[in-house]
Amino acid sequence: MWKWLHSYADPERAYNLSGKLLPWFAMLAIALIGIGSVWGLAFAPTDYQQGDSYRIIFIHVPAASMSMAAYMGMATSAFIGLVWQIKSADWAAAAIAPIGAVITFIALLTGATWGKPMWGTWWVWDARLTAELVLLFLYLGVIALYASFEDKVLAARAAGILAIVGVINIPIIKYSVEWWSSLHQPSTIRITGQSTMPTEMLYPLLINILGFGLMIGAITLIRFRSEVLARNSMRPWVRTLAKAQGVK
Amino acid sequence: MKKGISFRQAFYTLLKRDLQIAIRHKGDIFNPLLFFILIVTLFPLAIGPEPQILSRIAPGIIWVAALLASMLSLERLFKADYVDGSLEQMLLSPQPLPLMVLAKVLAHWLLTGVPLILVAPLLAVLLHLDSNSYGALMATLALGTPVLSLLGAIGVALTVGLHKGGVLLSLLILPLYIPVLIFATTAIDAAGFNLPYDGHLAIIAAMLVGSLTLAPFAIGASLRVSTN
Amino acid sequence: MPFDSLSDFLHMGGYAFYVWLAYGVTFGSLGILVIQSMGQKRKVLTEIAKKIQREEHLKENRSNK
Repeated sequence: MWKWLHSYADPERAYNLSGKLLPWFAMLAIALIGIGSVWGLAFAPTDYQQGDSYRIIFIHVPAASMSMAAYMGMATSAFIGLVWQIKSADWAAAAIAPIGAVITFIALLTGATWGKPMWGTWWVWDARLTAELVLLFLYLGVIALYASFEDKVLAARAAGILAIVGVINIPIIKYSVEWWSSLHQPSTIRITGQSTMPTEMLYPLLINILGFGLMIGAITLIRFRSEVLARNSMRPWVRTLAKAQGVK
Repeated sequence: MKKGISFRQAFYTLLKRDLQIAIRHKGDIFNPLLFFILIVTLFPLAIGPEPQILSRIAPGIIWVAALLASMLSLERLFKADYVDGSLEQMLLSPQPLPLMVLAKVLAHWLLTGVPLILVAPLLAVLLHLDSNSYGALMATLALGTPVLSLLGAIGVALTVGLHKGGVLLSLLILPLYIPVLIFATTAIDAAGFNLPYDGHLAIIAAMLVGSLTLAPFAIGASLRVSTN
Repeated sequence: MPFDSLSDFLHMGGYAFYVWLAYGVTFGSLGILVIQSMGQKRKVLTEIAKKIQREEHLKENRSNK
């Protein structure tokens, strides 16, 4: 049943397929993020409590939710690479790691710029912020491990193991940090009032979440393609590509 | 019928070998311990000698110092075996790798974790730890330091083939240590207020059981990746 | 539409600095990431092309001797 999928483990086919998918992902991502951000910034109604500062939500929440999703994606492809020995999956995991780190960084930074006007401080040791910070460290660990191996085939596998170990730890870390902050902090801080959101605010948010997901997909495809080329530099099809590019 | 030695024999042989080697190089046992004591000594010097402040932050200091000491000593867990080739022999042996790895981690914990637990009450006295908290301190260290050894061994196994282990190792495993740190220190805090802390201990014990079953496989897989 | 004019929009109800900082950093860092990722492919291909050239040079020199 899954036989047809295996043919895409071949690097050349994976390279061509990702090349075909890339424009669709890129165009959809640009369109959705454009619509969502403009809608959120200019047309969504002002929040009666937080004023216009709440407009950061339209990038903060997508970045935060996608930071976790990207980690899951990375760990899943690392797992596939490890169990079925599919090298393309390892390369995909290596391609996602830096993107996830940037997204996590964005989530933290937009959280800080939202926290300053709302809570009066750039940073609080709130459970979600702390968990996000730990997630950033996990990403950086994977990237550092990948970078420090000379042999990139081994590097991808080692980084994959670390990503999987991290995935088992993420729920534990999240739970422990939540529990910790509920003990150490008076619960004065709520990131968003749990009240239901009006649809004029919800739609741009959902559009941006989808847009961020597609954008991560698009950048992953870009990075995956160059990763495939770099790892297959001795193959004839890569050499013809390189000759066509030429030396400048 | 049976070829070679049984699993149990292999386990004990490796454990005994590691312990013997460490006892011959006593520095391996004492240096992490000295490091642990020195870090704890630095805090009163940096923060000031007021007993109230020190007793408030004592659990945190002792646990962070234990974390760092265990990480530093872990760096040598597989290094010598990797350099002289006996690690490769271990990988090629017919005994299951997770079992062998478990023996090595247990030996490491006996050599660095147990002395650390024994010295901890002494340091707690220096830091004016609440007298109610001693039991919790010992219990969390006894349950928590094996978790540190097991999780840390994964990071060590991943970096054993690299020349620049140290800083990278801390980046890899310190985030994984966070849950243990949180539950251990809050348990000690709770004990200081005469609150029940057996729930925290149960969670740390659960982490110990979880890492005891899963970590050897991760360590084994990591060793196979980083040695070929 | 909640804003009356462009300057009103840019003012963001007094939160201009925070909102535009957040959006600026987000799209700035995403832009850098995209450019870096796109440059990667060209870099890899030129490197391979250089390697091929070197190999050909080597081959020529050897046959000349």
